[in-house]
Amino acid sequence: MLVFVIRRLLQAIPILIGVSLVVFGLVHLVPGNPIDMLMPPEASPEVIAQMKAAFGFDKPLYMQYLLWLSRAISGDFGLSIFNSTPVAGQLMDALTNTLKLAILAAILGFSAGIALGLIAGFNHNRWPDKIASVITTAGVSMPHYWCAIVMVLACAVLNDWLPAQGMGDDQDPFLDRLQYLVMPVVTLSFIPMGVVGRLVRATVLEILGREFPGALAAKGLTRWPILRHVCKNAAPPVLALMGLQFGYLLGGSILVETVFNWPGSGNLLNIAIFRRDIPVLQATILVLASFFVVLNLMVDILQAAIDPRLRR
Amino acid sequence: MATEAAVDVRNLTAMFRRREGDMAAVNGATFSLARGEVMTILGESGSGKSVTLKAMMGLLPDYASITGEVRVAGRDILKLPPAALAKARGGELSMIFQEPMAALDPVYTIGEQIAETIVKHEGITYASAMQRALALLERVAIPSAARRLKNYPHEMSGGMRQRAMIALALACNPTVLLADEPTTALDVTVQIQILLLLRELQQELGMSVIFVTHDVGVAAEISDRIAVMYAGRFVETGTVREIMRHPKHPYSKGLLNSTVLGGLRGRRLETIPGSPPSLSALPRGCAFSPRCAQADVRCLTTQPDETVLGPGTIVRCFHANTAMAEAI
Repeated sequence: MLVFVIRRLLQAIPILIGVSLVVFGLVHLVPGNPIDMLMPPEASPEVIAQMKAAFGFDKPLYMQYLLWLSRAISGDFGLSIFNSTPVAGQLMDALTNTLKLAILAAILGFSAGIALGLIAGFNHNRWPDKIASVITTAGVSMPHYWCAIVMVLACAVLNDWLPAQGMGDDQDPFLDRLQYLVMPVVTLSFIPMGVVGRLVRATVLEILGREFPGALAAKGLTRWPILRHVCKNAAPPVLALMGLQFGYLLGGSILVETVFNWPGSGNLLNIAIFRRDIPVLQATILVLASFFVVLNLMVDILQAAIDPRLRR
Repeated sequence: MATEAAVDVRNLTAMFRRREGDMAAVNGATFSLARGEVMTILGESGSGKSVTLKAMMGLLPDYASITGEVRVAGRDILKLPPAALAKARGGELSMIFQEPMAALDPVYTIGEQIAETIVKHEGITYASAMQRALALLERVAIPSAARRLKNYPHEMSGGMRQRAMIALALACNPTVLLADEPTTALDVTVQIQILLLLRELQQELGMSVIFVTHDVGVAAEISDRIAVMYAGRFVETGTVREIMRHPKHPYSKGLLNSTVLGGLRGRRLETIPGSPPSLSALPRGCAFSPRCAQADVRCLTTQPDETVLGPGTIVRCFHANTAMAEAI
């Protein structure tokens, strides 16, 4: 197991380097030059050259990459081209905001999905299965923004139950600020709930179709201990899916963050793309991609801890 | 007689409800087994022999209904409330499966799986259950048992896994052991080792064993009595000697003549023409009649009843008497 963990950790390094190369390269492939966007059309070539030198655009590409990477590793992502504030600060704020949503939505969506999937799987083709399947199918097929808008209409416009958007003031009491979280979190939890629920159901059915659950009953185990065995067998694929889903949640949903005016990473990415704010784009993508790699690494290790056949 | 029996099965029937109609995979199986006796249920695939074992433990899916009686130590297993049923399964009534790789949970170690059963049935501490598990692995002759205790099923060879499965089944000293083709998935050399081990353990522990196989040689090797099963029914039961020497049912004869054991050296092996009928579309009369050389009008239209020839010896064939006359 230890060998497996060390090997997986080492394998993550080239992946991270690859990610950084792609992130650096992709942004340079995007049409449009940030300096041209900033400079007035009548700016003299000397001033433009000066600006390029100030942001490091005059150096050869590989030097730009190494410089950017070494600074990025130490947490310095440079200044935003648009408003000259440090990128790291903006990114931190946006990520914390998104993280709040992502963690809560993951807890809500995963637990609801697992519960629905288990209920459906253990009551195959009976009414609890049908009800659970309707809910999970709705979860994966309803468009995010539509849910968000309907919810705003129902809870904030027609009734005055919840605030429609924003995240409240820091001075507000904790419980008041919590209200702002309800609608975005619920909206974001639908998809993880649906996909996790459907996978749990399918996995449980597949496992119950094998011989060993019957053999467990034959040795005298009752419903709950058998459920425990089935859950442990079902865990690896479900964990893999949850890792991916949490990764998507961290990326922030541009649509949901826009509807609820939530200043998260989705919002930040969206704005950075329109402003050609390359340092912000690079930093955001790099950090999110690294999160993804680390998440998958954790999932891999967890899976191997649960299923010994995966330790190869 | 009835009080002595370790298992007493009366009229055991397993009905599967299907969209195409009900089908009886086991149709009125009746037999009783004394303590320490070994009975083999012999039959082709699909004859209902494995379902008989599963039905005896109440282990069929919910679209199957099981009727009849399975008395073990005087109690009807099929009428026990869930908690008592769980106690009986793996307690006095235990089972070995055909494919240990499929029947063992792949993500728990062998030791964990055996200890879990002991804790469940005897309520002792996990540590002492683990000690028992070690002793059991040693009992079934698994080399370096202490290390094997920590192995997962996929880390063992087929024969080793089947030994572990046997250790698991014996964990709580069952009085009745149900063995569902335990040697079919193994190499021939390993098969004989497992058979000898089972025979030895059976004699030492005085268990009654119901052994299911399609292999006539295995049946002859291990059992005291044989029940020949065809299309969900016992067509002939008797002692190994009787059935091997003087089979009365045409199907039993065919089965014996189609194996090297029954056939004569230098002679071509015979085959039974045709294939077993589908259980959902059984012939009106004797289920074997379409394949039987002796079948007449009566066989095609009427289901033959059991003819009791002696204690524990029955045959279900209109021509059994003529067959007996031939034999004598």
